[in-house]
Amino acid sequence: MAQPETASPAPNVLADSINMRKIGRVERFLGPEYYRILRGLLTTPASIAGLFLITLFAFIAIAAPLIAPPLPNQNPYKIPRDGFSPDPKPPMTEWRRLPPPLPFWWKPIMGTDKWVHLMGTASGQWDIFYGVIWGTRTAFWTGILITSVTLLLGVLIGTVSAYYGGLLDNILMRIVDVFLTLPFIMAALILAAVLIPKLGRSVIPTVIALIAFGWMGYSRLVRGDILSVRERDYVLAARVIGVKDSRIMFTHILPNAIFPTLVIASLDVGTYVLSFAALSFLGIGTDIGYADWGQLLSFARSWITSLGTYWYIVVWPGVALVLYVLGWNLLGDALRDVLDPRMRGRS
Amino acid sequence: MPDLLLDVQGLETQFKTPEGVIYAVNGVSFGLKEGETLGVVGESGCGKSVSMLSVLRLIPSPPGKITAGKAYYRGQDLLQMSNEEIRHVRGAQIAMIFQDPMTSLNPVLTVEYQLTEPLLLHLGMNKEQARARAIELLEMVGIPNAKERLADYPHQFSGGMRQRVMIAMALACNPQILIADEPTTALDVTIQAQIIELVKRLRDELGMTIIWITHDLGIVAGLAQRVIVMYGGFIIEEAFVKELYANPKHPYTIGLLGSLPRIDEQERQRLFSIDGLPPVLYNKPTACPFSPRCKWAMDRCWKENPVLETVGPDHRVACWADVKTGRAR
Repeated sequence: MAQPETASPAPNVLADSINMRKIGRVERFLGPEYYRILRGLLTTPASIAGLFLITLFAFIAIAAPLIAPPLPNQNPYKIPRDGFSPDPKPPMTEWRRLPPPLPFWWKPIMGTDKWVHLMGTASGQWDIFYGVIWGTRTAFWTGILITSVTLLLGVLIGTVSAYYGGLLDNILMRIVDVFLTLPFIMAALILAAVLIPKLGRSVIPTVIALIAFGWMGYSRLVRGDILSVRERDYVLAARVIGVKDSRIMFTHILPNAIFPTLVIASLDVGTYVLSFAALSFLGIGTDIGYADWGQLLSFARSWITSLGTYWYIVVWPGVALVLYVLGWNLLGDALRDVLDPRMRGRS
Repeated sequence: MPDLLLDVQGLETQFKTPEGVIYAVNGVSFGLKEGETLGVVGESGCGKSVSMLSVLRLIPSPPGKITAGKAYYRGQDLLQMSNEEIRHVRGAQIAMIFQDPMTSLNPVLTVEYQLTEPLLLHLGMNKEQARARAIELLEMVGIPNAKERLADYPHQFSGGMRQRVMIAMALACNPQILIADEPTTALDVTIQAQIIELVKRLRDELGMTIIWITHDLGIVAGLAQRVIVMYGGFIIEEAFVKELYANPKHPYTIGLLGSLPRIDEQERQRLFSIDGLPPVLYNKPTACPFSPRCKWAMDRCWKENPVLETVGPDHRVACWADVKTGRAR
């Protein structure tokens, strides 16, 4: 039957008259909770600063081959060196031996095609500029890898422990207690030192060591939240429907319990990069010459008494490290504020 | 007995607490015929919900434990089933709705997700089929704009609407039995009436068997055919609705009925109430659990716990006294 086409659906008088809040496409896609978080992150000054720093570093990491093109046929993470002299050279010293290719932006700005040590060289003539730029990549992937694996491990153990409770919970939480008694850096240092002869010198042993002693906090935190969410009616309702345990745990309970843990995790990305740098500084971890801020700082060890002259060997990687950790901390703080129910409706 | 859809025999559930073992359900037996509506009434804490949750093996364990009893559903003992088997009974064969619709829906999942979950789980539907069925279900429970509302989150629904969604979820797989655990207690009276009307309509359309747990005797009168009265984890009286209201035999039932406000009351008078509180049973009772609050209590009531006895056609009661005469029966 052909119905007469009405020009348009009747205007929704009610909705228009009471001035309802319009729900946009982004909000519909993300859901109210995630939308609120996103909006909060994009409007809090601290979080904007944090996001700016992280974005800046991310840009540097992605564009590393353009900012500091590596020597051809060489591992780009290997910092190029200009000789072997132990004395650091100040910023803007010219490259003498085997200079890496000139980056495209150098000539238009400086008007010469002589490549220099932009940030000077460290003891042993490692170029600090290359170390800082390529070290950004190391910082990102070690920080994110360590945090995500520890988070995953911790959340998994905490969730299972809290959901099943009883003896299993007891056993797992006592294991957590034992791990928490070990001093973090010491334990990681020893484990990494043990792993290096087996796995070779690379980022991996340190990463494993930091993961092995970092997951317990997340476990405890997520366990506590799950213990409370587990008793909610909607969990019982899900069980009444006949949903599997694993599904109840990970789709019904976990999304309601994970946010506090995520906040801590975002704050921890910076901390893990610091720990990684600390281990590198102590000489545990990557090959000598691998682009890594901690390692760059370790080159300064023998010159620590004359930093008045050789300030640049500490300042550049140090500033990079500080700003990077600051970025994550600001972001994490903002995330905490956005997610804190007591802060809802304010600012 | 004619073939029963659900046959519960001697169900006992206990909770281990730091203060001692609580005897929550003490040998509850009842049958449920196909298509009937059974009302379960009693004060808070008298074991109504725990009995029903025990049948579906949903009591938190530990600390809860079903220590004895059988619950035959279509000849199969639910209490002996493997976890996997009972999972396929829940939702698909026996569904349940709860008291508080505000907390029974998961705040981080859309209504669509929660409605389609049982369909995907038990009926093996694909996403589109489940979506279509979900829209159908929402329309069936009377939610306007069902199609648009699917993508909404629970907080975008009012209390009554949420209870409708809960009912739609429970009915998703056409279960044989619907256990309604005080589904109207948290709703205001007008919404209550709507929800009850809805359940009545759906019962008649779908031929569902319903167990309706409540402490509102008014609701039971209009809805149920048979009523079980529970006290202290025991069934103390069981009868058809009319018989129970016209001719209550247990002092507790009399007290419950007496404490209903009546619209046809002539004089203004204080509303009757039963003195005291229901007991928390730390010991398996050897006396009648109601005796401390009972005005008919006799010596025997303090020494021996009465068992359910048939006192009339389909009327069973657990009491030593005859409330008509005040003496032993």
